This record gives sequence, structure tokens and C-alpha cells, in this order.
Amino acid sequence: MIDAATSTPDMLKQRSGGALRFYAIWLIAAVALVVLPLIFSSGGSLTTFSLIGIAIIFALSYNILLGQTGLLSFGHAVQYGLGGFLAVHMMNAIASHDWPIPLPFIPLFGGIGGLAFAIVVGWVMTKRAGTVFAMISLGIGELVASSSLILRSVFGGESGITTDRTALPHIFGWSFGPQIQVYYLIAFWVVISAIAMYALTRTPLGRICNAVRDNPERVEFIGYDPHVVRYLAYGFAGFFAGIAGGLTAINFEIANSAYLGATQSGLVLFAAFIGGTAYFFGPILGAILVTYLQLGLTNVTSVWQLYFGIIFIAIVMFAPGGIAGILMMHRPLIRAGTLRTVIPSYLVAVIPTLAMALGLILTIETVAHVSADDSNTVDLFGISFDPTRAVTWVAAAVLLGGGYLIARLTWRRIAEAWDRAATVARDRGYLA
Amino acid sequence: MTTAIQINAVQKSFGNVAIIRDLNLSVAQGERHAIIGPNGAGKSTTFNLISGHIKPTSVDIKLNGDVISGLRPFEINRRGLSRSFQVTNVFAKMTVWENVRCAVLWATGHRYAFWKNVDHLPEVKRRTAQILDDIHLSHRRDVPAGLLTYAEQRELEIGITVAGGANVIMLDEPTAGMSNAETERAVALIRRLTEGRTLVIVEHDMSVVFGLADRISVLVYGNIIASGTPQEIRANPKVREAYLGEEAH
Repeated sequence: MIDAATSTPDMLKQRSGGALRFYAIWLIAAVALVVLPLIFSSGGSLTTFSLIGIAIIFALSYNILLGQTGLLSFGHAVQYGLGGFLAVHMMNAIASHDWPIPLPFIPLFGGIGGLAFAIVVGWVMTKRAGTVFAMISLGIGELVASSSLILRSVFGGESGITTDRTALPHIFGWSFGPQIQVYYLIAFWVVISAIAMYALTRTPLGRICNAVRDNPERVEFIGYDPHVVRYLAYGFAGFFAGIAGGLTAINFEIANSAYLGATQSGLVLFAAFIGGTAYFFGPILGAILVTYLQLGLTNVTSVWQLYFGIIFIAIVMFAPGGIAGILMMHRPLIRAGTLRTVIPSYLVAVIPTLAMALGLILTIETVAHVSADDSNTVDLFGISFDPTRAVTWVAAAVLLGGGYLIARLTWRRIAEAWDRAATVARDRGYLA
Repeated sequence: MTTAIQINAVQKSFGNVAIIRDLNLSVAQGERHAIIGPNGAGKSTTFNLISGHIKPTSVDIKLNGDVISGLRPFEINRRGLSRSFQVTNVFAKMTVWENVRCAVLWATGHRYAFWKNVDHLPEVKRRTAQILDDIHLSHRRDVPAGLLTYAEQRELEIGITVAGGANVIMLDEPTAGMSNAETERAVALIRRLTEGRTLVIVEHDMSVVFGLADRISVLVYGNIIASGTPQEIRANPKVREAYLGEEAH
């Protein structure tokens, strides 16, 4: 009796505490978006933040398909790119006709472009899930990307279609010439889109999407047509991808065929998967990391795609839940208070693992330099390695091989410590 | 009064092999009807034909007087027929609560709504809580369905099947693989949840069949060889020869 009397208010307190924490996270994220450019105000970081913001919307829209509905698309950039093209055409039309539509509304037209295309092709595409959907999405992607080079009047051929974002009616005295104003426009749409996409997961349709992902066959026997569910999900994903495309068009003041292509489709898959598709915030982490790496690595190395590939393979093999999956694995340990028993084994593993990574990087760079006949030295963390000298090759091999052998032992220690901590957590009633 | 399910001379062939040869079956409103028969007799195929999971080769299946053969499973479900599966068939990554709630959504008229918060639908909440209470899984509501024990998954399977409020419930071997105690619990659960509805059940456990069913049909090689009350079936010489004689002494 006493238990029953006390547990209800406790539960209520826990619930409202959870709600408070939930709103706090959104508020902190919004404040961070406002404050970030004030802390890092250089032109370079503003550009980076703008691109990250667009990538976040794009990756979240992709996860409506992959994480929420279980649809693996290889052509998500089509909706993104078409959104970008429609946005550019709208901007040019508004500028030439003097229509009273200011720039902040342009991404909406991008969204409509993505949605319209999804409505037209989606019904056929989403008839089946799995491999059939993946293959059709790949085909449609290639089809649209190649037609974009042929239909010059709409897509502008190789050079694309340019626009001038400052030519639109100004609002609040903002011309959107300076990058900081464009950044805040993007940040605004990031917040709106993220809230909308999160809200979508909390609706009847959002939950049935999850059911279709888990078991489309069973869904048919509780009154739902999985085809309709997939079609609607595809439409929403197309809409938000189009918004991201519209923002890109504003950011670069151009739309070209590269927006629609397989590389762009691959990058968004990559971002969503590395971040982790099982949690809403996963693709956000993935978009931040992938965009940052893409911008950072291209300056440092000529073979940056190779590193992307290695990271992707490592995630698929060792952490299929992505970064979000790794983070959320620790939640029951934190709650049970057993996390501190695992941390020492993490710290021990850091050094040999880093040595191995360093060896791998040195190997890749040395090989890349030699095969490209590049006589420059390989500069890693302030040390210069001459790719033509044997000592470099030996160092790379020792770091890679030795690092791997020692790291393997420390990884085993992590696994053991982890098992013990997880068992204790489970005994204390905290499930993964 | 129209029959709940009426099947007239339905056939189903896979390639050249006729699984269901000439199936005639009639289930009255509110009746608990068991289909029994040896392995490979076509019991599950019969279930799949009625629920629209597979299409019959020749067509005549009626639900509450309306022809349903040829319809898609969700169309049949919306007309008031709900079925469970022999192999547990739940939404593994979603919690027990979400599993049942998904099964309630269509029946409560929320369909594909993307403008309502699913957590703020009082009728959905009430019905989901009621079903969880009925299947004794309220204490497991936040556990992903894939992590439940086998018996709990079977109960959840029944819960999902009845949650939509269909008036014809079809259960495919609901107690398969359960211990005696679990079977007893499951039978009590089925009896309570299908009160006032029509039940069609495929079952191998004869104590369950004879304890639960008002009428029994015996299916052998795609033919109903007998249909009647438990007493009639027990006394039927054809049934004794074909089926009961071997398995239930």
C-alpha cells in the first residue's frame, strides 16, 4: 500500500523532470546556434558552421527514410538538388518580377521542390522496401543527375544556374550579403526543421513508420498499408531535403548538377550512418563530423576519400549503432554508477590505439606520396617524414603492427571491464 | 444471422501442388471454432487464405456476409478480422507499449495522422493500458519487444491481435512451445479477451482445443473431413482413424 502511494508522485516527478530536461536540451542547442558565431567569428568558421547547419537538416531528412522507416536510399540528393534548383529559379524570378517575397522564405520553395518530386516518383518507388527500393533510388538518382546535364534551360548544364541572394526584398534591414546573416538564416531553418522532424517522430504516422521498419508484414494485419506509410515518409524526407537544398542554393548563390549526384547521396548516407540512425540526434552528430572532416581533410591530404572509407568501414564493423549508439551504450552504466570501472581500461587503450592510427596514416600518406611522385616530405604532427627513405617505411610498419598487437590486448580489457560493469548495471535494473 | 466466416469450395495450389483442395468451412457469430489436423494438412494455409496473406486459386471467402477473398490483408483487417502468427511476429525494436499502441491507432481513427502528438491521445492511451493490463505486461511496458521472454512475446502477439477491437479473431497456435502453466494462463487469457467475439484457433494441444472450442473442424490434406461439437468430433470414426487415433489416446 505504502509503495503504491509513494511510487505515483515519484513517477510523476520523474516524468516532468524528463520533460524539463528535454526542453532544456532544445533550448541549449538553439542558444548554442546563436552564440557560436560570436565566439568563432572568422569567415572560415562561419562558412563551416553554415555548411554544417545545412548538412544537419539534410542528414535528419535522410534518417526519416533510413532510421525511422527502414528505407535505404542511394539517391536522396535528387530531392536536395531539385530543391536547390527550384530555390534558385524562384530567387531569380522574384528578383526580376519584384515580387514581395524576402529571402528567408526561399527554403520553403526548396522544400516544395523536393516534395513535388517525391510525390511524382514516390508511389512507384516505395511499392517495395529493401533491395528493390535501394536499386530504384540509385537508378532515379543517376537518371536525374544525367538529365540535368542535358536539360540546359532548367539546370544550366555544366556551369549550373547562378543567382544573387541580395537582389530579393530586404527584411528587417538585412540584405543577406554578409555570411553572418546567411548563417543566422540557416540556423533559423535548422531549428525549425529539426523541431518539425522530431515532432514527426511523435505522431501516429511516425510510430507506424517505425513499425514498418521493424516488421512491414505485421503492419498489414493491424490495418495499415505499408506502401502508403513508406510513400508518406518519402514525401516528408523529400520536403526537408529540399529545404536543405534551398539553403545550399542561398549559401553558394548557385545550383549545379553536382547537387543531384551520387557523391552527394553517398555523403548523406555516410553522415546518417556514422552518427547513428537509431536515435534522432545521431545524424546531427554525423553531419557535424562528416562536414568538418570533409572541409578539414581536403586541405591536409589528397586522399581524403580513403580516410572516409576507412572510418565508414570501422563504424560498420565495430559500432553499427554509430556514434549515437556508442554514447547511448553508456547510459545504463552512468545510471547504475558503474561507468568509472570502465574508464581506466579506456585510458590504457588510448595510447596503443593512437599509435596504430598514426602508423596507418603514415603508411597511407607515404604510399600516396610515392605513387604520386611527390617528393615533398610527409608532415605529421610537426614531424617530417621523407617518403623515399627506408626509416619512414619501418616506422610506419612498427607503429601500425606494434600498435595493433598491443591495442588488441587493451581492447580485450575494455570488453572484460565492460561486461562486468554492464552485468552490475543489469542487476541493478538498468536495461540497455 | 450471417455467418462470421463462410468458405465455399476454396482451392489453393502452389505450382502443381494442391495444398487446399476443396475447403468448405462455416463459423457462426460468437462461436469459438478450432481447426485441427495433422502436420501439413493446410491449417496455416487456411489461415493465410482467410486473412489475405496469400491469394486463393479459386475465390469464395466471406466475412460477415461480405466477400473478402482477393482483398489485401489491411483491407480485411479494417473489415473486422484480426489474426496472430504461429511464429512470433512483433515489432522487435519498439517497446511493449508502442507495439500495442500501433495496433490501436487505426481502430481509433488516427490512421496516418502526422499532425497529432501520439502521446496525447486519451482514447489510445486508455485502450493500450487496458490491453497491457489484460495480457499482464503492464510492468514490462518500456521493454523492447525483442527482449521479452518467449511466453511474454506470445502474450504480446495475442494483445496486438485483439487490440484493434476486431470482431473475428484468428489465433495460429497461440500456445505452441509453452509450458503447462503458461498454456493454462494463455487459455484463460484467450477465453477472456475473445468474450463476445468470434474466435478461430489452430492448435495442436488437444486439451486446449477440447477445453476452449464450441465447434471443431478437422482438416486433412486440404479437406475438412468433419465439423461439429467436441463430442461429435470425438465420436466421429473418420476423425479417429485419420487423426485422433494416432495422437490423443
